[in-house]
Amino acid sequence: MYQLKFDENLCKTCPTGDCLVKCQYMDLDKNEAIEEMVKISKGEDSFVLHDCVTCYGCEEYCKRGNHPFYLITERRQEKGILTTPRAITKQWINIGEPRGKFKLGDITKKILSCGFMPELVQLTRGRLFDDVMPSYVFGQEFFCNVVYIHFANTSIIKERLPMVIDNFKKLGVEEVVCMHDECYGAFASLAPAYGMEVPFKPIHYFEYLYNRLIELKNEIKPLNVTVAYQRPCSSRLSSDKHHFVADIMQLIGIDLVERTYQNENALCCGDILGMLTGYDLRYDVQRRNIDDIVEHSAEYCVFNCSACQNALATKVAKRGIKPIHIIDLCKMAIGEK
Amino acid sequence: MKYEEIVHRCFRCGYCKFTSDYYDFNCPSYRKFFFESYAPGGRMWLIRAWLNDEIKNSNHLQEILFSCATCANCVEHCVFTFSDDLVNIFIAAREEMVNKGIIPPPVRDYLKNINISGNPYKEPAEERGKWADGTAIQLYDDQEYLFYIGCVGSYDERAKKIARAVGNILIQAGVSMGILGNRELCDGNEVRTLGEMGLFQYLAEQNTTLFKELGVKKIITLDPHAFNAFNKDYPGLEGEIEIYHYTQILAPLIQSKKIPLKEYKAAITYHDPCYLGRHNEEYEASRTILASIPGVELIEMDQNRENAFCCGGGGGNFFTDILGGGNDSPNRIRVRQALDTGVQIIAVACPQCAKTLDDAVKTEELEDKLEVLDVAEIVSRALA
Amino acid sequence: MRDIRLSLAEIVGEDYVSNREEEAYFYARDPGLMPAHEPDYVIVPKTTEEIQKIVRLANKEKVPIVPMGAGMALTGLVIPIKGGIVIDMKRMNKIVEMNEKARYVIVEGGTSHGALKSYLEKNYPRLRHSIPDSPATATIAANVMIHGQGRLTQQYGFNSDMVSGLEIVLPSGEICKIGSCSISKEWFSKGAPLPDLSGLFLGWFGATGIITKVALKLYPRKKMRDVEIFVTDRDDLVPDIVYELTHTEMAEDIVIFSQPKPLIFKDNHHITIFITGDTDEELEFKRKMIWNALDGFIKSKDGGFMSVPPVMKPTLLEMPQQSVSRFADVKRGGGFEYSGPIILVEKYPECSRKVEELSSKYDLGYSGMARIIGRGHCMMYGFAFTFNRADPDMMDRVRKALHEASDYVLEIGGVFWKATVDEQRLAIERMDPNTRNLMKMIKNKLDPNGIMNPGNWEVN
Repeated sequence: MYQLKFDENLCKTCPTGDCLVKCQYMDLDKNEAIEEMVKISKGEDSFVLHDCVTCYGCEEYCKRGNHPFYLITERRQEKGILTTPRAITKQWINIGEPRGKFKLGDITKKILSCGFMPELVQLTRGRLFDDVMPSYVFGQEFFCNVVYIHFANTSIIKERLPMVIDNFKKLGVEEVVCMHDECYGAFASLAPAYGMEVPFKPIHYFEYLYNRLIELKNEIKPLNVTVAYQRPCSSRLSSDKHHFVADIMQLIGIDLVERTYQNENALCCGDILGMLTGYDLRYDVQRRNIDDIVEHSAEYCVFNCSACQNALATKVAKRGIKPIHIIDLCKMAIGEK
Repeated sequence: MKYEEIVHRCFRCGYCKFTSDYYDFNCPSYRKFFFESYAPGGRMWLIRAWLNDEIKNSNHLQEILFSCATCANCVEHCVFTFSDDLVNIFIAAREEMVNKGIIPPPVRDYLKNINISGNPYKEPAEERGKWADGTAIQLYDDQEYLFYIGCVGSYDERAKKIARAVGNILIQAGVSMGILGNRELCDGNEVRTLGEMGLFQYLAEQNTTLFKELGVKKIITLDPHAFNAFNKDYPGLEGEIEIYHYTQILAPLIQSKKIPLKEYKAAITYHDPCYLGRHNEEYEASRTILASIPGVELIEMDQNRENAFCCGGGGGNFFTDILGGGNDSPNRIRVRQALDTGVQIIAVACPQCAKTLDDAVKTEELEDKLEVLDVAEIVSRALA
Repeated sequence: MRDIRLSLAEIVGEDYVSNREEEAYFYARDPGLMPAHEPDYVIVPKTTEEIQKIVRLANKEKVPIVPMGAGMALTGLVIPIKGGIVIDMKRMNKIVEMNEKARYVIVEGGTSHGALKSYLEKNYPRLRHSIPDSPATATIAANVMIHGQGRLTQQYGFNSDMVSGLEIVLPSGEICKIGSCSISKEWFSKGAPLPDLSGLFLGWFGATGIITKVALKLYPRKKMRDVEIFVTDRDDLVPDIVYELTHTEMAEDIVIFSQPKPLIFKDNHHITIFITGDTDEELEFKRKMIWNALDGFIKSKDGGFMSVPPVMKPTLLEMPQQSVSRFADVKRGGGFEYSGPIILVEKYPECSRKVEELSSKYDLGYSGMARIIGRGHCMMYGFAFTFNRADPDMMDRVRKALHEASDYVLEIGGVFWKATVDEQRLAIERMDPNTRNLMKMIKNKLDPNGIMNPGNWEVN
């Protein structure tokens, strides 16, 4: 069975308690943070288990690689502490169930994985991906299942993710370009944290895009627009790839605005918050986030995740900001679409 | 029968009868007769009843099936996943009747005439190219395009004028093209929609062989019906020969001012032909042409583009007239819709629409208010 | 019979009357499960006067009459049980008169919901009507005649409550004005402040008279419309959820559905709440009120608002909802019928469990669909089953399931909506005897020859 690799001592000796000190939704100082994490580690109750809103932030804040959020999720499940309402949890578990309706392109050693989001398949069209396409997969059989950490459920991940990894293995692939940031996080962060072997190299699509853009350097026409980046929760699982956002923006001549809610201080899109706690918190978080974008005069809000896009696109558009996926922005830079 | 496994799935909900916004009924036969049996749902249920021996083939059943104008409004608006096959189902039912030999006499006569004379007018095949006499239109001899006319354009008086207008403008624009003249064979679109598959296969094979022998690479059709047949139902042409309707060739030429135009002040409405519009999704070429003529004001009827109301000529009715006349015949309804826009000209891009709507203008006694003109004829008036 | 055909042809013209096999076949059936009964004639009139003449002739010859709209009630109400003349009303499809400031419109007896919607959108974009989810061809007159429900029912009641006047052709052939229009030029009320005679006709399925004109109340149409879906796995909480929602008075329509497929819907109950607003502020305020009203359920984890996938929103927001009709093809057989009794909202758990039980017992595809009526005064609960028209065994199982549903519903205090002939019989048997006698007296008095849609609401 898969066990989370968690070291209680790392928490006890932590110099900062940053995981919870930096939390945007709970207010703890260093000593309180260490105290609560140790309680959680020991299986005791903690208000953190009830009040955490699943923004994934602490996975990044912890610089000791101890996976505080995965632990919180484990303990929640053990104790039957729900995050989202039962019905929503059930719904998401149903949506992710493999049902034999997957799609395979012309599979080679290197593939694009689109999980089961049809929007991602759309984004793979065009020159940026034509040296890998039509080698791609789509369907619940290739779904990373990481999203269930929002729903306080790791047992479903332990059940399904190994099968998903096996599905990739059966295809004989060596490199998987993950079209969603969370998918990359599954193979690069979560699977190793649970001791699951990943028999291929996961590539973050940012990295792939960056290298591809370098190849197509001569065709890039600088866009000369100002852009704000909406950083998704899943990016916290792959913070070492976050720098690519700035790198790509620089390559394609974009002024990435410096704003309050960026990098470690980024605000999540808020949709999960609504499911968990209701109207007010979600409204507040979304309003602050969008106000921040408006205040810094961004023309575009660039997205990395289609769930964020669903949550915020209409709302930013109403404030006069154009929503766009980072892939579409790159396509614009090479004169496509 | 082909598509037999689909006929029982019709819910007779009636979405097929309407325009996209439910503004009006858009199925020409339903609009005329107002009995459910003449709507697509009626046909589906009656075809199923006939296949199950619950009803017999009768003159009325034949009338119901052969009055369908195959305009594809139902294909466009049916909300179910089998909507793409609706017109195919009606044609398949006609095929069953043709194979059994129990069809209305006008249908039988049409098919007989194509079979024997190669055209529905019983005119000599040798005179098929005579319409071009006196024009500068050449016979096909390895030009860039084959200009394909079709039976209506070759023999019908009204349509011949359109053929000449189109031909002359193509020449003016410097398009390299030629016609087959007497060698031209019927494209068979109506033969197919009337369900005579054997004859259609024969015509398709003959035409395909002829085009290939002559080394034809590109075809411009006068008639959207031929455009549809070559585009969709001639497997031998797929990927080998490019098919265009003449408006698709003229539009870029006029837009780029290759054909110099002077001002022509007119208020015009464009009637989308079903076989260019709904069947082949070409809604813009004619509009581009008309909008490029200085002085022309293009006003749309409520029922336009994918909601265009069929003139009633399709499905063989241009020749068989099973749909029939009367105050609510589709062509008269369409002309009244045009009148409502306040225009003086109804622009068409199909010789069958031209004649059908022309007749309606006369029957409605609107000759002093409305003129039916082909797009090419309008361009001719605006030539510098 | 030949004389009748000639007489009918004299009234509407040769082209609009038929006794041919093909029309008889089609008009003998509807897309539901009722067995076929062929009409002797089908007639398609254009004017009220033509209908008058048809009714007089029918009375003289003692031939039954069955008026018909689109025939999409699915419960066989337009099937001529005793043969006779089916009057297809759909050629009488004009919009007769608009009173924008009083917010009502007068339409003919065959005008469709779709045509009215389109007319209003083009000409009076600040007005809307309560559109049902039946196909756009459904007629307004037939819909009010069967007490249909639509998008405005949660706010304003049954669609028949939104009638503001009628023109009826009585079984005697007289044209009768019902409501304020019987005295005034204006059609602003179907009854009050006079004795309300509309009850002699609404709900009778044409058994007491034919609607040739109906005035329909119109309501403000806001510029924006959105939808939220609250999901719970506890069917027993649904009534309380509805109670809290209706208290806010913020919702346009509230419909609840539960069905096993697609997988996103499995095991849950979905309370779909529509909101409208002219400004972002208005819409957002309503959204907040609705979310906050259900805060208690969110906190107890008993329910939450789901993220509506972008592809789902347009499907939910379109009017009429075409996906409702598509339910008919789930078994790839174009068939769908439902028993949709009107019942207290508190009976939701019983109804929901019953539809699941029946679908399991009879191995059927189902959808449990409820629409809230008024501020939760009652609901329509639809036990909906889809079937393959080419599978007689499946059709038979659906019949049995619906039959059981009808019996059950009566036991738990429900009242049949657009009752099939069988359900009408059950209803009459169950009815208070004095009420029953009153119905009998009215029917006999208005239609002594029993020619008006016979077999319907007959008390023996």
